Amino acid sequence: MNRFRLSAGAIDGEAEKRALTAESAGACVCFEGWVRNANDGRDVRRLDYQAFESLALSEGERILVEATQRFGLCAASAVHRTGSLGIGDLAVWVGVSAGHRDAAFAACRWIIDEIKQHVPIWKNEHYADGESGWLHP
Amino acid sequence: MKIRLLYFASLADCAGCASEDVQSAAGHPSALYAEVGKRHGFAMDATRLRVAVNGKLVDWLQPLADGDEVVFLPPVSGG
Repeated sequence: MNRFRLSAGAIDGEAEKRALTAESAGACVCFEGWVRNANDGRDVRRLDYQAFESLALSEGERILVEATQRFGLCAASAVHRTGSLGIGDLAVWVGVSAGHRDAAFAACRWIIDEIKQHVPIWKNEHYADGESGWLHP
Repeated sequence: MKIRLLYFASLADCAGCASEDVQSAAGHPSALYAEVGKRHGFAMDATRLRVAVNGKLVDWLQPLADGDEVVFLPPVSGG
């Protein structure tokens, strides 16, 4: 089962993890990306995430399908927040299950890297000095 | 022909809107970006962007058709 979703509300990582269950799975690896209070030397107060929804969903799905084939996964899913987030909030969740830990660790790392590089989602950081800026690395 | 443009992130801020309908003779996204970028003062070079037409990533020289929805995608920063 492959799933990539966008969520305007809080992500429940425990509930997401339960959906990865498979009798053939001997390993489960989950990654949580949290909102940090500083970036590039500036104090961050909050973030806004904006997504181009239709393409984000299709690109996210493509990444999960490719990961499932490439690493021989039992299941893979990911959820990314949209809207306004505070410090410490869960911004992105990635989880995979696989027969063994090597594939699970590698696949989880590969998926979050691919999401960050390809899925059309943008971060607007709001700084302590009142300024804000979209990140376009 | 009529083209529907959607803008995100800094391009939306720069354009002052999230979407607009334009009449354009641009034959492909590359020419269209040059045209609307000049009007809105987009500072970002097209080589840093990707482009989607009707929800799919396409080549910058793919021919445009009347009614197409075009999105210029600045470098992404999810995660």
